[in-house]
Parts: sequence; structure tokens; C-alpha cells
Amino acid sequence: MVMTDVPAKIVYERPKVLDPRVTHYCPGCTHGVAHRLVAEVLDEMGIAGNTIGVASVGCSVFAYNYFNIDFVEASHGRAPAMATGIKRVYPDHTVFTYQGDGDLASIGMGEIVGAASRGEKITVIFINNANYGMTGGQMAPTTLPGQKTSSSPTGRDTNRQGFPIQTAELLSTLEGSAYIVRRSLHSSREIRRAKKAIRTAFEVQKGNLGFSLVELLSTCPTNWGMSAAGSRDWIEERMLPFYPLGDYKVSPAVAELKI
Amino acid sequence: MAKELIKGNTAVAEAALRAGLEAYFGYPITPQTELLEHLSARMPELGRPFVQAESELGAINMVYGAACTGKRTMTSSSSPGVSLMMEGLSYIAGTEVPAVLVDVVRGGPGLGNIAPAQGDYNQIVHGGGHGDYHLLVLAPASVQEAVDLTVLAFDLAEKYRNIVVVLMDGSIGQMMEPAELPPFQPLKTEIPDWAVRGTNGGEKRVLTSINLDPPAQEVMNLRLMKRWQEIEKNEVRFKEYYLEDAEFVVVGFGTAGRISLSAVRAAREQGIKVGLLRPITVAPFPNDILNELTDRVKAFLVVEMNAGQMLEDVRLVVRGRKPVEFFGRMGGVMPYPDEVLTEIKRLVEGPLTTEGHPRDRWLSRLSETIG
Repeated sequence: MVMTDVPAKIVYERPKVLDPRVTHYCPGCTHGVAHRLVAEVLDEMGIAGNTIGVASVGCSVFAYNYFNIDFVEASHGRAPAMATGIKRVYPDHTVFTYQGDGDLASIGMGEIVGAASRGEKITVIFINNANYGMTGGQMAPTTLPGQKTSSSPTGRDTNRQGFPIQTAELLSTLEGSAYIVRRSLHSSREIRRAKKAIRTAFEVQKGNLGFSLVELLSTCPTNWGMSAAGSRDWIEERMLPFYPLGDYKVSPAVAELKI
Repeated sequence: MAKELIKGNTAVAEAALRAGLEAYFGYPITPQTELLEHLSARMPELGRPFVQAESELGAINMVYGAACTGKRTMTSSSSPGVSLMMEGLSYIAGTEVPAVLVDVVRGGPGLGNIAPAQGDYNQIVHGGGHGDYHLLVLAPASVQEAVDLTVLAFDLAEKYRNIVVVLMDGSIGQMMEPAELPPFQPLKTEIPDWAVRGTNGGEKRVLTSINLDPPAQEVMNLRLMKRWQEIEKNEVRFKEYYLEDAEFVVVGFGTAGRISLSAVRAAREQGIKVGLLRPITVAPFPNDILNELTDRVKAFLVVEMNAGQMLEDVRLVVRGRKPVEFFGRMGGVMPYPDEVLTEIKRLVEGPLTTEGHPRDRWLSRLSETIG
């Protein structure tokens, strides 16, 4: 190896907002990636000190352990309502929720639609991994047709168990939604795109432009019964056709944002 | 400040605002709606947050969020809506943040009707939500008292980091009475240390009701129970009427207590030595005065606008030492003073017993009346 005298340059480090602790998430799960992206954005924007996070119920129930910012913990599905209460009291603060698909798209559908339709100036990080992770992989509102889970053991039968909910598409129909996009965490290219979307979502809030949500397709190797690599492939092959990535709502004001 | 003729719901809303309410979240439901309507106009006028939520679930969780900032916050609803709020109340209690709820009770169960009732007593006083927690419950019997107790509710909620409920019924919410509104209090400028506000570079604060370690959760439960003991020691409130020489005592809260007072006065005019104990805090319950009365009176009559919910709390104190009888009307029917007077006379004439359950005797009498 040839040694050079070029001074060492830090090209990668832990975001300051991210607490240095051992993860409780399963190996191969992309919750950690999503946490890191949020932390990087809060650092880069320099807003961590006046940000309040709202954790939800699901695998990310302890999200607040990973962020060095003020946090509250909502009951199942109610994070957007709790965030509304905080944001209305502190309109100049940054308030975000971090919610999974069972929390947001099943039990919390009323609260998320309410918050989006009011144009609540909060940011929602929405993790879609097509099942209820924390309780052991039951069918979620996002479970794909035919997908086997512990509560759809022969595969989701749309005749009996209905169809998955396409959250980004649904929320994009609401006038109060300013920025609604879907990204994925299954490859480094998509992770970079996800980061950009998360940054935009927080900028939307900073600019008082309305409700912002980033849906992130996320792996769940443990409950899907796959390897980490296999679960990333599964997102690409199975989830992407049903949950196309894209910008579902970008209000004219958001389109003019310069970041 | 001069008295003005004002509707109960409106008066409570204005009183809360003047007590420094900084954020209100609610959902329309009769017979509470005027409270929400009044604040929908007044809060924005003063530049304070008002949100008509998507549901009572939404409203109570907005209150939960605002309560975590340490600001004065409240919601209001009526029975079916309050049922929906039970989850949120348990979480707020488990997070030990202060909040105020006004429950304008209507006839139930189910959708029931929109007439005045007291059927929420058990839900509010003895739980509703999951886990071990207590709500501090204030029960007004007039518009003026509702105003005064609303102001007090915020102070008590903050003092104990506990939920305080103003438990009134549809008649107090809907009727107009002369009442004096409180003076305007300045908004609080100090934020409690525990409240979230952004770290601003300092230590982070986390407000949560989750604790996966059972021994640690038990310590938290112990703290809640000790706080409740403090509340029991310091905050019992009640009104006594004609109790000095009373041989018979009527016990009733809120509107049932007020109706009973008319009956007690009529009985006094007929020479009957009867008095009234009207709990103002139904939680904590005025056990000591009731215990003291048990030693010196002949019998009790409990009057409620439900099937005898507070009755059980009275019986727990009296413990069979003296006869307890019950009279109630349910489902939004209000008792007449004449009916209560008849019950007082029945108590005086006897025969009285400490055997059996007063509810069974009342139900058999009531079935003869309303079949």
C-alpha cells in the first residue's frame, strides 16, 4: 500500500442528532437507515434544538431513544393529533411524527387524514414495510395481495381481506397536503433520493407551506422470513409494482422551493 | 365584575379562556356544543389555538400533545364523546401531564339522548381508561359554580400534574343563569421544567407513558397513587345544607343535589329534620364528613340521575351502620323535587332496614311507577 501525506478528511460520521447507542431493530431492518436520514436532515438544517418529535406505536415506539431532541410518545395511531397539539402551541418549532403502516394507515387513518386535510404544518415520516412488525408480522393495511403473514397464513385473499391501502396516493388528493412522496430504502441510490425527499419535507414545514409526508418502503427481514439482501430484492420485485415511487403531491409553492 | 345572564356552556368556555386557556381542541356533540362554538370565535380573537378535531380521539390526543408543552389546555365533550376519550385520558394520566376535561353528561347508554343525566359517574370517577389512575372530578350544581370550578380545575391540574374533570350535566350546560365571570388572568410565562419545547442545545426531554420494565412501572404507579393520596388529603370539597340538627341526610351531587335541596327545604317547612350533603369533589369523595354523619343521623337517601353509581361510594363509607335508601331517574329523565320529597317522607316514616340493596328496593318501586 502506498502511503501519502494527504491529510485525513472526514467523509462520513454519525449525525450529532443521532444518539450513539446499540440498535434494538432487527438485523437488516431499514428503520435505522430512516432514523439516520432524519437525523442528517435535522443536523444539516440546524433545526434540532427547536424540533419536537412524536413517536408512535410499533417497532419505532422507542424512536425517541435514538434522537437527541425533545420527544413525546403517542398512543397507537394518534401521533398526527398529538403533533397538531404541539405544533399549534409552538407554530415556529419543527414537529414531526415517525409512524409505521399499521399505526398510520390502519388505526390512525382518521388522524392522518384529519391532519393532512387541515394542512397541519407538520412532517410525517411514514414507514411502509407491508406488515405489523412489532407484534410479529401480522397482516397490515399495506400487506400485498397474496402476501403470507401470521394473520393471513395462506396469503392475503383480497376477496376476504380486502386490498392494501396506497397511502401516498390517498393523501395526495387532499388540498391541505403540500408535499406527498413515496421513496424506498432498498438501495443506496434510493436511500439518497429518500434523504432528499426528507429534506424537502422539513423545508416545506420550515416554509409554512402545509402538510408534508414521505412514505418510505422499508424492509422487515425477520417477519418476512428473508435475509437482509433477500428482503431488499423483495421490495424491488414485489413492493415497487404495487407502490410505485414518485411525487404524488407537490404544491406549486413547494415546487418553487430552492434547497 | 357584574353578574350577567349566561348559558352554562358559554360561561364555562369564557371562564376557561379567562383562566388562561392557551389551546382548545374539541368536537361538536350535544349538549356541549356551545362551549366549542364560543371558543371557536374567542380563541382566534386572542390569537390562541383552537382546532375542531376530526373526532374526540383526535381532540383528546391534541390535548395530550399540547399538555406535553406545559401550556393550559382543555377539551370538552358529552358522554359518548367522552367514552372515545378514555384511551387518551389513560395516556395523559400515564404521562403525568396536566389537562382539563369538561363532560356535559347526557342520557345513555349508547347514543341515548341529549337530555341531562349523571350516568358518566362511574366512567369518570372509577376509571374508564385502562390502568391505575384517578381523575380529580369537580361537580357543579349551577352555572356560577361551573364557572368557579373551571378556573379551579386549571390550578389543580397544574398543581398535581393530574387530569381534572368538570362533571356537569346537560341542564347546567344548557340553562341560562346569572353568573359572574372571573377576571382575565395573564397567560403563564413560566414553562414547567418537564415540558417539551425543543432542547435548544440542552438535555432532551422525553414524555412517554411506556415503561417496559415492570418494577420501574410499579414505581411510577406508586408515585401516581401517592399523589392521589395527597389530593385526597388536600382537595375534598363539599357543601352542607341544614346538617347541624339533621336526623336524615340526602346525598346528591350536581343537579341531583340541587333538586334535592328544593325537596329538603320543602321538608324542613313541614318540620322534618333533614339536611343535604352535596359533594363538589366526587373524586376525591368526601368520606370523612359522611363517616361523621353516619355516627349521628338516622338514615341516608342518595339521589342521582342514574341507577345509583355514587350510591356505592356512599355505601362503602356507611358500611351498613345506618340504613341507606336510593332514588334515581335514568336515561335523561330529571327527578322532580316532589318525588324527592316523597322519598324523604318515606325515609322518615320507615320502616328502615340495613339489609338487602337499596337499588333493588328502588327498582321495584320504580317499576310500579314507570312500568
